[in-house]
Amino acid sequence: MSTGIALTHAMSSPDRAENSSPAAGAVPDWFEALQAEGRQRFESLPMPTRRNEAWRFTDLKEVDLTPYGAAKPLPESEWKPLVARSKELEKTAGRMVFANDVLVEREILSESLRQKGVIWKPLDQAAIDHPELFRKHFMAHGAALGSEKFAALHQASVRSGTFLYVPRGVTIDLPIEVFHWLSGENASTFPHTLLIAEANSKVTLIDYFLAADPEAPGLSIGVNDLHLAEGAQLNYICLQEWSSRARAFQINNTVVAANATAKSLNVNLGGAYARTESLSKLMGEGARSDMLSVTVAKGEQEFDQRTLQDHYAPGAYSDLLYKNSLDDRARTIFAGLIKVELGAHRTDAYQKVRNLMLSDEAEANSAPGLEILADDVRCTHGATAGEIDREELFYLAARGIGRDQAQRLIVHGFLKEAINRLEDPAIIDLLARRVAKKFGVSV
Amino acid sequence: MAEAITQLDIDRSVGDFSYPEQHAYDAGIGLTKDTIHYICDVKGEADWIREFRLKALETFEKKELPTHWATEDLKAINFDKIRYYLANAQRSNKSWEDVPEDVKQTFERLGIPEQERKFLAGVEAQFDSESVYSNIKKAVGEQGVIFVGSTEGLMQHPEIFRKWFGKIIPTGDNKFSALNSAVFSGGSFIYIPPGVKVKHPLQAYFRINAENFGQFERTLIIADEGSEVMYMEGCTAPKFDTATLHSAVVELVALKGAKIQYVTVQNWSSNVFNLVTKRAIAHEEAEVRWIDCNIGSRLTMKYPGVVLKGRKARGEVISIALASNGQHQDTGAKMIHAADETTSNIVSKSISVGSGRSSYRGLVHVPRHLKNCKNNTECDALLINPTSRTDTYPAITVRGTGNTTQHEASVSQVSAEQIFYMQQRGLSEAEAMSLSVNGFVNDLVREFPMEYSVELKRLIDLEMEGSVG
Repeated sequence: MSTGIALTHAMSSPDRAENSSPAAGAVPDWFEALQAEGRQRFESLPMPTRRNEAWRFTDLKEVDLTPYGAAKPLPESEWKPLVARSKELEKTAGRMVFANDVLVEREILSESLRQKGVIWKPLDQAAIDHPELFRKHFMAHGAALGSEKFAALHQASVRSGTFLYVPRGVTIDLPIEVFHWLSGENASTFPHTLLIAEANSKVTLIDYFLAADPEAPGLSIGVNDLHLAEGAQLNYICLQEWSSRARAFQINNTVVAANATAKSLNVNLGGAYARTESLSKLMGEGARSDMLSVTVAKGEQEFDQRTLQDHYAPGAYSDLLYKNSLDDRARTIFAGLIKVELGAHRTDAYQKVRNLMLSDEAEANSAPGLEILADDVRCTHGATAGEIDREELFYLAARGIGRDQAQRLIVHGFLKEAINRLEDPAIIDLLARRVAKKFGVSV
Repeated sequence: MAEAITQLDIDRSVGDFSYPEQHAYDAGIGLTKDTIHYICDVKGEADWIREFRLKALETFEKKELPTHWATEDLKAINFDKIRYYLANAQRSNKSWEDVPEDVKQTFERLGIPEQERKFLAGVEAQFDSESVYSNIKKAVGEQGVIFVGSTEGLMQHPEIFRKWFGKIIPTGDNKFSALNSAVFSGGSFIYIPPGVKVKHPLQAYFRINAENFGQFERTLIIADEGSEVMYMEGCTAPKFDTATLHSAVVELVALKGAKIQYVTVQNWSSNVFNLVTKRAIAHEEAEVRWIDCNIGSRLTMKYPGVVLKGRKARGEVISIALASNGQHQDTGAKMIHAADETTSNIVSKSISVGSGRSSYRGLVHVPRHLKNCKNNTECDALLINPTSRTDTYPAITVRGTGNTTQHEASVSQVSAEQIFYMQQRGLSEAEAMSLSVNGFVNDLVREFPMEYSVELKRLIDLEMEGSVG
């Protein structure tokens, strides 16, 4: 299966801001080999088919890569305005801005954090400076939920992204923001986030996926590697606002060691077809993973979410809450699995997906699964689909709030339940506003 | 506590018997067109049935095993080593006296008291594919109820049965429905005339009694407008060394306002592949309930379904599964909502013991432009040992507003405290375990008819007996 993507470039790019980019040709040989291997695998793997359970419910017409080509580096006149739009939180510990996979702006971490050994670099620079750390963790967990082929293309085509290493015991109080912009008709982007949180460290990272033109067709295939050592704490947020005609594949792999806590939230607003595959591996006793998602599906959008809570160690905890609101002719797919491996006794795992139907043409597909190979476990899952409670509408109407406005408020409240599971009020406020914007409510 | 229960010796003496086999008709081993011609010739079937079978054989050969979602264990079935048709020479008997002595012995070993038999409205005992005993109570016959075997039904009452035969479950539905369509024999074809309420349950007993012999019974029940019927099937099988295959197709048609309850207690011996397709169609205000209990077999795959075709139709699946060492109970339900105001309810409880694995697979479909449809699904799983396994794989598709679906599942185990508490009060560990398990399924067991719920409790006791110590 060939595609229109002719990505022959390795990680090098001429047009960068700051002192961050390696000279062209400085990409290590091993990385070039890795990319070649990815290319080969991409070409040999088949496209998903109907018989593939990992793609059940998916409209396979959406999984077509033929229209897309490599994104061109932007001239300064084009990326400057994007940088100006790349600030969401008042206070941050640092900020990186990528436009078409080229780093265009970086606000560096404080000197004190750097002295504590925090490494925060563009991915391509990290490959040169920290090959051992890089090679140990980069795409170490593949794509377990169906997108092997797309992950291979990512491996072949990744040019940059975030590399963040937080040493043992270090706390980064303020969130770090990373912006990935895609610009150009049928351009493709391959954002990558590689995050290593050492024992008892603490960090919050927000990825923003944004479109320069809100209606340009485009492709994104992103991968996250989030590694938490013992006792580490991570908040990871991904706000996805690709263009309304984009196709997006996002593979999130989170590995949680003993007593570590990972909390991730995906806010899915953009894209014509957006698939996220989120894997949480619970590797040690007392590990905890919270997997949250908020999806606002409108128009003809299709959101395709696949999850796996994989419990390898006894006595770990995972909790998934996915909330979808569906309007117009939108479709959502949720296929999740809690897997309790042999010997993972005393597992405590939850999984809940709730679909709020706002239109007669919308369609919600839910497949919440359990596979339990151990005993003494507590696992529950639930999936619901329903409409807005008429009594709630009546209650608001009785207080002079019109039907449309009331409906928006109720939907917003419904979705905000998942956002509220984060602790940082500034982030909660930011995300709530972005979700509300898609409805046209002000909060 | 859990570690103590790794060995499970199931007392299968209830079903562990065999008799000298006298098969007048034997299609031999393996499946070809000749097998089908043999079956048709022996049964004296019409040409259209022969064509139906031959077409089904083609479909069966074309279809792949569904291992992309189902267990790889299916590959252990060697279709070339199975006997597809075997029958005794006896014709259906109408009176008890005509039943051969060895068949009577079979009933004896099953522990069905003579007294109880008299109360059964009709007993269709299937002994190797063909009905050897059929005792439809006079009153039922007088009500116009037709209760016959599959070939009889198609040959003698085509105007009633041909219309629906293979329509609810088309030949190509899956590989095993195609297999059944090619080689079916035995089973029950039942027609209940409008308004007739059959007071006593109609009942059938099944047996497998030849090594490597698979049973492919075919059942079609049509409940005409406003009628009511309960059908019960229960099966135990003699123990064999090599795997046998059981692949039935059961189709139910509930016309306007009709009610059908279909009760199954499945206790095949632990070398049987039990791959069954069961589906009902419920017209306006009709109600179909599948009440299903799976205790035996090596692998059971069975997902009774209801297509809710008429307004206000109602479908229900009540399911109990017990998977012991080496067993995989892969059961579930399908609810296809195809009209407004239809409701469906699925309650599934499973128990996994030793290395047993139980899976729930469900499908709920509410297509667009329907209003006020409701589905409720509850799945609870109980794990007894550290090596026990349970899975849940539901799939729910809902389009549009005005409908509600909810799915809930939980997994738990018998708590050590509970067992300890009961032991302090003088119960043995086995008794305590049995009591806990019976408590777990008690609310569902009550849904079964009296005689079955008693038998069920006894079967659970038997299964749990060896699970401790």
